[in-house]
Formats: sequence, C-alpha cells, structure tokens
Amino acid sequence: MNRKTTDLLVGLFVLAGLAAILFLALKVGNLMSFSLAQGYDVTARFDNIGGLKARAPVKSAGVVVGRVQSIGFDPQSFRATVRLEIDERYRFPKDTSASILTSGLLGEQYIGLSPGGDLEDLEPDDVITMTQSAVVLENLIGQFLYGAASGGGSK
Amino acid sequence: MSRILDAIAGLGAWVLSILRGMGYGFRFFLRLCLLSLRTLRRPRLVLDQIHFIGNHSLSIILVSGLFVGFVLGLQGYYTLQAFGSEQALGVLVALSLVRELGPVVAALLFAGRAGTSLAAEIGLMKSGEQLLAMEMMAVDPIARVLAPRFLGAVIALPLLAAMFSAIGVFGGYLVGVHLIGVDAGAFWSQMQAGVDVFSDVGNGLLKSVVFGFICAFVALFVGYEAKPTPEGVARATTTTVVASSLAVLAADFLLTALMFST
Amino acid sequence: MPPASHENRPAEILRIENLRFGYDARPILDGVDMGFRRGTVTALMGGSGSGKTTLLRLISGQVRAQRGRVMFEGADVGTLGHEELFAARRRMGMLFQFGALFTDLDVFENVAFPLREHTDLPEETIRDLVLMKLNAVGLRGAARLRTSQVSGGMARRIALARAIALDPPLLLYDEPFAGLDPISLGTVAQLVRRLNDALGATSVLVTHDVHESFAIADQVYLLAQGRIAASGTPAEMMASTDPLVAQFLKGEREGPVAFHYPAPPLASDFGIGDSP
Repeated sequence: MNRKTTDLLVGLFVLAGLAAILFLALKVGNLMSFSLAQGYDVTARFDNIGGLKARAPVKSAGVVVGRVQSIGFDPQSFRATVRLEIDERYRFPKDTSASILTSGLLGEQYIGLSPGGDLEDLEPDDVITMTQSAVVLENLIGQFLYGAASGGGSK
Repeated sequence: MSRILDAIAGLGAWVLSILRGMGYGFRFFLRLCLLSLRTLRRPRLVLDQIHFIGNHSLSIILVSGLFVGFVLGLQGYYTLQAFGSEQALGVLVALSLVRELGPVVAALLFAGRAGTSLAAEIGLMKSGEQLLAMEMMAVDPIARVLAPRFLGAVIALPLLAAMFSAIGVFGGYLVGVHLIGVDAGAFWSQMQAGVDVFSDVGNGLLKSVVFGFICAFVALFVGYEAKPTPEGVARATTTTVVASSLAVLAADFLLTALMFST
Repeated sequence: MPPASHENRPAEILRIENLRFGYDARPILDGVDMGFRRGTVTALMGGSGSGKTTLLRLISGQVRAQRGRVMFEGADVGTLGHEELFAARRRMGMLFQFGALFTDLDVFENVAFPLREHTDLPEETIRDLVLMKLNAVGLRGAARLRTSQVSGGMARRIALARAIALDPPLLLYDEPFAGLDPISLGTVAQLVRRLNDALGATSVLVTHDVHESFAIADQVYLLAQGRIAASGTPAEMMASTDPLVAQFLKGEREGPVAFHYPAPPLASDFGIGDSP
C-alpha cells in the first residue's frame, strides 16, 4: 500500500464522513428552514403559557414566521412574559393577537399570530397586548364537569 | 482486634491503589492529548492511522447501519401503527439514529473492531521490545506510536458515526417507504420538521467525539499497560472491549442527561 | 557525528564505578567496577539472573543505580535529565534480543527510522545511507521485504544495521547469539567485530555463548552473585584456575554453582530409612 493510495483512500473516507454529516444536516434536519435572516423582537404576556418552550415556532396562517426567544416571569403582574423573534420580512399590525396553540391534539405548543387591522405596525421591542393563554386540560375538564353538573341540575 | 485493623489497612491500601491508578490513567490521557497536538506536525503518521482505523472499519459500520435502519423502520412502523401515527416513522428513525443509536452503536462496534486491534498491536509491540527499542533510539514511543493512533481514532469515529446514522436513515426509508408503503413525502417532511440540526445532529456528533476519546484512550492505555506475554495481550483485547463499552454507555447516559433534558 | 575534540577524550568511553542496584531490597549488582576502552569488544557473561541485562539497562539509563556511577563519555548516566539522556542515547546503538524490529515498517524503513527521526537529511541521502548499512550486514537486496518475511538471523542483522545507522561510538548487544543457527552465529559474530573496528566504536556484548564471544572479544567479565567473579582476556580466562570460571567455561554440572536446588534430604521425601 503505497502512500498515494493511502492518501486517496483516507481522503475518500473523510469526504464520505463529511457528506454523511451534510446529509444529516440538510435532508434529515431542518438546516434549510433555519434562516439566518435578521429578526426583530416583540414581547407578549400570557396568563398561562402551558407547555410552551423556547425555540418553539411562531406561526401566522400556519407558516413559521419566527421563534420564541425566551420565556420569563413578571413578578409585578404575575404573568409570563414571552419574547418573540419575528423575521424581518414580515410586519404585523399593532393590534395583532398572540395565542398559544397546540399542533395536533397532543403535539408541541406554538404561538399563533392573528393580525388585526391597525394601520401602524409593531416596532421592535413593542408589546403585544391581546393574548390568549394556553388551554389547560384540567381546567377544560373541570369546566365540562361543572357545566354538566349545573346543566343537569337546571333541567 | 488486629485482624480488623489489618482488614481496614487492606481496604485503605486498595482504595489508595485505585486512586493512584486513576491518577496515572488521567496523566496518561493528558499526555496523549498534548502529544496528539504535536503530532499534527507529522500528518503522514495520522493519515496512515486514519486509514487503518477508519477505512478498515467502514464495512462493518455501513452494513450494521443499514440493518439497524431496516429494523428501526420495521419495528417503528409496528409500534406507531398501534397509535395511528405511521406518518411519524421518519422522525422516529431519524431521531433514534441521530441522537442515540448512531453514536453509541458505532462506538461499540468501533471498540470491538478498531479498539481491540489497537490494543493488541500496542501490546505486541511492547512485548516484542519494539517500544523499548524506540526509547533506546531516543524516540518517545508515546509520541511516535500512540499519539497518531489516538488522533486517528478521534477523527475517525465521528465520521463513522455520521455514516452509520446516514445509512441507517436510508435503510429506514427503504423499509418504510418502499417495503411497507409509508408515504415518502410524509416520511421526509416530518423528519425534517422534527430533527433539529444543532440540538439533535450536533449533539449526536458531539457525543461521538467524546466516545472517540474514550475508545481511543481505553484501547491505547490497556494495550500499553498489558503484560508482555501472549496471555497478557489476549486479556488486553477483552479488557478493551468491556471497558470501552461500559464507559461509552455510562458517558452516553451522562451526555444525554446534559444535552437533551429540558 | 564525531565527538568534540579528539585530544582530551578519555581512553575509556564507558566506566562503571562501585555500582549497586536491585529491583527490590535484594541487590542484583553489589559493588561492580568495569572499564571499557575505546575500540574494544567486551563480553559480559554470567549465569541467568546474574545481572548482565540489568547492566545494559543501567548503561542505557533505563534504570538508575542506587549507589555508584555509570560514566558514559564523562557524564553520569544516572543523573542525566530527560533531554540529556535522549542526547546520550543517540550516541548508543542497542541490539535487542531477537531484534525488536518495528513490525509495521518494512526492512528499509526500519533501518531508516533513526535517520528520519534524528536528522533532516534529504531522501536521497537517507536512501544511500540505509542501503550502505544494509550492505555492511549483507542484506542490501532485502531492503523492500516486510519484517514478517525475514528469518531470525536476518532480523538480527537488520536490527544491527539499524543500531549502526547513526554511527554511534558505543554499541550494546543483548544476547546477540541467542537462537541462531551455526552459519548465522558465525556471521553475526564476525559482523560485530568487523563493524566495531570499521566504525572505531566500542562494543559490549551480553551473552552466554563462550565459543563465539571469545573468538571476537578483547576482554571478558564474568558476573556471579552480583560481583565480578573474574575478568581478563579470553586467553587468561581459559587458563584460569578459578573453580567458578572453570565450571562456567567448560559447562560442568557440578562446581561452585550447585546442580541441586536446595531441598530437604532425599530420605524424608521418599520415606526411606528410619522415619519418625
């Protein structure tokens, strides 16, 4: 095994390895949808964020327009403050509402933006005032049982 | 009374010897790392080792990866079918491979194939006085013989693990889409939505780098410290496989807890 | 690689003074004095475990003496730091028992190893030097063989070519005649003497072989019980009346070195005679 052959084979080996990594990153992972585009931050406050996590998608009309940057707690108002990063290309009106939705029945949670009709757009570091908290299953069941009990009683 | 004291003294001596062994092992590891950096000045040696370690392990890695992918596709389908989530097969196969099976199984196979041959080679060189001859020629055998092999293994294993995962995904695709009939579009799109480059693929790669350090160090250390007899070398190979495998699995648990806990 | 000045070179390139060494509490060598003059071939002989190989280890700095000095070219090997020890070793060539060739390199690369590691010579020069060394041991045609393809005698000669690659002034041989056929025996012995004279070097042979080593050695040391039992030229040794020397040289079963390992009397082991 002379040197040139060894070099060639090692080169092929390393190339194959890098190709595998590239394949995993592009075809298997979501590198393509990871946009290095610039974004601007806005804040939204919720009573209950449910199972929302950082890096969860922010969607509007079902299309990903940004990511959740960070989740914090406001000790003054006792609400959750969520920082969203929205893609530069998309501008939303000032009266846009943010809701926490679930993909599928038991899937991961994301933030959905419904645009309002305001003529002015959200600026960086603005606050979204209209928010809808996540649906908590226990509350839903409790409501249902309460409703069934009171409904049954009034009949 | 004196027997109890003797027993305690014996226990203390045993603990001390273990600590001393760990210290010696850690110093050996540091020395290997430092010398490996210096070895980069002689790329020829490292290249030769990548060839022996990497290229020669390709066949077992690729074949195993393909079959693991087949099995994941099959078993995954049967399990998901019970929940009506066959569409998630792509995500299942990809995440299993990229996060866990790729790095871990590749490392275990590596320990069995490359690790044992490294340990045996070093053990035989030691018993044939080759390493001593090198010292007598004023060449540090750890720098000349061990460090290139260390570096070669650390470079080769992540590449092998990536190839394992890649061909495993392909195997899962073959079984899932072409054999069973899961929708190809759903297979790939769900996979791409569910697998994150940095937290999944990246962490998997990081794992395989750590495993490379572990397998390389264990093989070289055990081979270097082996008794210079045929039994010593034979025992070195089995010790290498057992120790590497256990260390890799333990490290996998630690790394998974660190990386994937939310 | 000639030494700095020829005038103030001491006549003895290697001197061992009052050496004491043991791996544990029991000393293997206890108060050994030896001198090795330049250009001579010296044979170190003794029974198994008499410390001959240990002496080689002390000379090359693999182990350090508990007392005494090993003076190589005017410096005490036992006190040298790491760098200095490596520098000293570059001026020693060592031939290991059975050769210790590097199994992952071919014959040419084995001999070229010291040249590649310690010099910056261009490839053509290295090639010429390697082929010259191989030619000196008669194996120039075997340059491209793999180590698995050469016989034991050839391996020994290749290791010899490797040991002289840097033209060292001191050559150490650990049992160079062990396990060789008669032709190889004679060849290796002649090579040791001829190379020593051609290179102007000093050779130290650790060996059991009386016949071959006496044919080429200038002086002989016989070690026993950690001391020098006898020393002198081969002729003086052969003529010696010392019972230990006589037993060793003639290979007699009985003499100062007993045949029987210490054991209880025969009667008690086999139950013969009056038993309690």
